[in-house]
Amino acid sequence: MSDMRFTKDHEWIKVEGDTGTVGITDYAQHALGDLVFVELPEPGRGLKQGDECAVVESVKAASEVYAPASGSVLKANDALTGQPGLVNESPEAQAWFFTIALSDPAELSALMDRAAYDEYVKGLE
Amino acid sequence: MSHPDTTLLSTPLDALHRELGGKMVPFAGYAMPVQYPRGILGEHLDTRAGAGLFDVSHMGQVTVEADDPAALLESLVPGDIRGLAAGRTRYSVFTSDDGGILDDLMISKLSATRLYLVVNAACKDADFAHLQHRLGGQADLRRLDDRALLALQGPKAAAVMAGLCDGADAQPFMSIRDTHVAGIPALVTRSGYTGEDGYEISVPADKAEKLARLLLDLPGVSPVGLGARDSLRLEAGLCLYGSDIDTATSPVEAGLSWIIGPRRRAEGGFPGAGRILRELAEGPARRRVGIRPDGRAPARAHTEITDLDGTRLGEVTSGGFGPSLDGPLAMGYVPAAFAEPGTRLRLVVRGKPLDASVVAMPFVAHRYFKGV
Repeated sequence: MSDMRFTKDHEWIKVEGDTGTVGITDYAQHALGDLVFVELPEPGRGLKQGDECAVVESVKAASEVYAPASGSVLKANDALTGQPGLVNESPEAQAWFFTIALSDPAELSALMDRAAYDEYVKGLE
Repeated sequence: MSHPDTTLLSTPLDALHRELGGKMVPFAGYAMPVQYPRGILGEHLDTRAGAGLFDVSHMGQVTVEADDPAALLESLVPGDIRGLAAGRTRYSVFTSDDGGILDDLMISKLSATRLYLVVNAACKDADFAHLQHRLGGQADLRRLDDRALLALQGPKAAAVMAGLCDGADAQPFMSIRDTHVAGIPALVTRSGYTGEDGYEISVPADKAEKLARLLLDLPGVSPVGLGARDSLRLEAGLCLYGSDIDTATSPVEAGLSWIIGPRRRAEGGFPGAGRILRELAEGPARRRVGIRPDGRAPARAHTEITDLDGTRLGEVTSGGFGPSLDGPLAMGYVPAAFAEPGTRLRLVVRGKPLDASVVAMPFVAHRYFKGV
């Protein structure tokens, strides 16, 4: 049983207790193409669900990443700054963006589970 | 210019693009591949290492036939076209009466009585109307809408072409030949817009797919989309019409003074000569410059450029990430006093002023063919 939840903007959040780990989905990295720059939020920054919290850039364009849940940023994955291509290689594991102390875990119920997200993505193709 | 999806035109290579997995996007009214499955980064690097094949059939091809078409065309461009030898190609711009740029183009002299022009897709209708309006009574103007245009660019392009077209490897840079490629009648110019050695090959539309497949079957040749075409020309410091040059920018501001020959400087007689000759004499108020951000964040078109005190200087006109540079790069306009390489600037990216420097262009050295 997956504990990952997904947004319509193609972020994922993996929840353990009251901490979430956030990243972008395989579908998102594929649609964006080779990433050449990733900007991550500073630890301590407060986020509301839906806030712009990171930026990913391909050769061609910049795209916003939105917070899948509200809370306070704990730690950013600095490995991505030096190696943005990791997002293309391992979007849903090694290339997590940041961890967040959730302030309202109840928000997560509005997000999709894996099966619902897969169905949603199929509808986009 | 935006066109609704339903009315998009397609090039003669449309089916091949789709078969190759091209991601088709609207561009200047055409459905064009922005990239193939390889991706923009890989396609860019493949071009600089081997030979990239680009479909540029959306661009406009025109012939101008008259007793002295060079003299006629000189009434529309500031370049020395009368001085262009038969078989040679020159880059130029159509200027407006107030000295702005209506389009940039390649002009080739097929013979003393026939010029061949290649213009931008988004401008081709306006360019042709302009030609007809100004030269229509004096020249036979033909749109070659029944022809496709392929570009083969990269260090392996010459070896690839030599096998299909006699003498292609010895053809001088910026020259044209009316010849055959793999038995297909073709106008072959040794030119391009990537900074690499290469060719642009004009063939009848119904032969384009055959030629493209033949080229793609050769070692080192890979299909390249518009995304990498843009990052390649940006690294080469070349202008994109509609972004880096337009009706508001003069050739002098744009750093294109080199296209205005000595005779034209002395004689004038082209649209906008008043402003352009004055800017040549006195220097323009602003200049197009190359910019390298210190950090890794790309600064895209319309990013504000400021001085170190935060005073606005201008904006980025093209910017992004250069795969061969392995870093961000941009070009934009700044007041002439800030145009010296080494000048420190700031680029305001997502509200944050980022340190950057003016640098000489090209960002990546040109590798044009220098023989013959």
